[in-house]
Amino acid sequence: MILLATQKWATAKAEIARPLYWSLAAAAFVLLLLVWSVLTYGGHVPPLFLPAPDEIVRAAGLLFGEFDLMQDIYASVLRVTSGFLLAAVIGVPLGIMMGSLKVCEAFFEPFLGFIRYMPASAFIPLFILWLGIGETEKIAVIFFGTFFQMTLMVMDVTKNVSQELIDTSYTLGVSKRSVFWRIILPASLPGIVDTLRITFGWAWTYLVVAEIVAASSGLGYMIMQSQRFLKTSHIIVGILVIGVIGIIIDLLFKWLYGRLFPWMGKGGAA
Amino acid sequence: MENKLCIENVSKVFLEKNATVTALQNTSFCVAESEFVTILGPSGCGKSTILRIIAGLEEASSGRVLLDGKEIKEPGKDRGMVFQAYTLFPWLTVEENIAFGLNVAGRSRSDQQDAVKFYIERIGLKGFEKAYPRKLSGGMKQRVAIARALANDPEVLLMDEPFGALDAQTRSVMQELLLSVWDESHKTILFVTHDVEEAVFIGDTIYVMTARPGKIKARIAVDLPTKRTYDLKLTEQFLTIKRDVLELIREEAWKAANANLPEG
Repeated sequence: MILLATQKWATAKAEIARPLYWSLAAAAFVLLLLVWSVLTYGGHVPPLFLPAPDEIVRAAGLLFGEFDLMQDIYASVLRVTSGFLLAAVIGVPLGIMMGSLKVCEAFFEPFLGFIRYMPASAFIPLFILWLGIGETEKIAVIFFGTFFQMTLMVMDVTKNVSQELIDTSYTLGVSKRSVFWRIILPASLPGIVDTLRITFGWAWTYLVVAEIVAASSGLGYMIMQSQRFLKTSHIIVGILVIGVIGIIIDLLFKWLYGRLFPWMGKGGAA
Repeated sequence: MENKLCIENVSKVFLEKNATVTALQNTSFCVAESEFVTILGPSGCGKSTILRIIAGLEEASSGRVLLDGKEIKEPGKDRGMVFQAYTLFPWLTVEENIAFGLNVAGRSRSDQQDAVKFYIERIGLKGFEKAYPRKLSGGMKQRVAIARALANDPEVLLMDEPFGALDAQTRSVMQELLLSVWDESHKTILFVTHDVEEAVFIGDTIYVMTARPGKIKARIAVDLPTKRTYDLKLTEQFLTIKRDVLELIREEAWKAANANLPEG
């Protein structure tokens, strides 16, 4: 314990060297691969339950080569992005209004809080009834899964804008109307971008749910099809592809954050 | 000298947990054009409330405030304010912060640049024009906040314990800096503080306030030279005034301290 406490890395919130940080990040993935290899090559788990890593690589080659997995990725990305953008276009302005005007908060907040707890997947039968089994229904599921949380999170971010900044702006000649874009918007923008980053991740988790029913393309559809034919390796490839897309999007958001908000200091969103 | 700003019978009553708290009671005083007034009082005496009412950020429960004979109803750029908390806009650079008011008013870029250049020099922050507030020390932030308020050319500058969060050395430097800036512009300034030495050192006139409910207890005209440097603080003349003011404020500080006891 004494030895541990004297180590710099054991100090709460202390910085560590960049190479160490990235080595540790890589180590987690290597460890996963290692455990996986031991389980499969060691013959501890039957291939039907968990195929070996090389089997996955082969399956990936097959899926990308002959089964046109890019087509599925494209279909899924399009769905997730459409549902998410729709949610953001309505949710961000609404959240800002709710966070700044008490009348908006009073009208919307309890209502959104009420719907927020209803599972999006439970609405699928209704969406099919109302919207049919086309793209609209799938986009609706993703919209429903992200919109309410996103709006409430944006509201919280906006509410946290310091009253002192607003007061200061009034004494500098800002009007009650322009305080929205002069102060409230720039002050809450980093938090909003961060909220979008987090909720975009949630949008992906609703994808498979949306593609379970009445889909003929997409990663979720591919995963469900593979289950029917007991193609465990294909399921795993599908899941890994979603994970990789997630990492790429997360990095994109973080890069965007650094570019948009140099005043926050680096790593503000991390 | 003509009266620039008049506070007439201003009271402020807050509602706190079903009980009314009188923060400010029938306060009246006037400030002359170009006068540097310090308002000194124990904590919780409503001295900040006065400033916030003058700024238009809070409404008086009764009474009124007149600026150049016109009643104040809402905030406006004719009354600039510097707060104790750091209130620079973090998404704007130092120069954008200083030019903020002029930008809001739609003034030309060259006007804005002139103001930035002028004040950057006055506050000694050359080379920091493009820096974001995050990079600045507390003292630097308050210098920029003062420059930002002055660049907007207000009729009155309200300062609410602007150096309250700074360490003693920085605070002393800031007082001299403020005086040197004031020496050029001769703005009408209302400066709230609980620091006796600060009140005497920078003010032409000191209003000493009572403990809650706050009202004006005494008005002291500070008979010291207009050009003031730190060594003034060691002179007999300064210490005599400081002792008098200390005497006045001590009684109120005790009242305030005892009043605060039951609530913790």
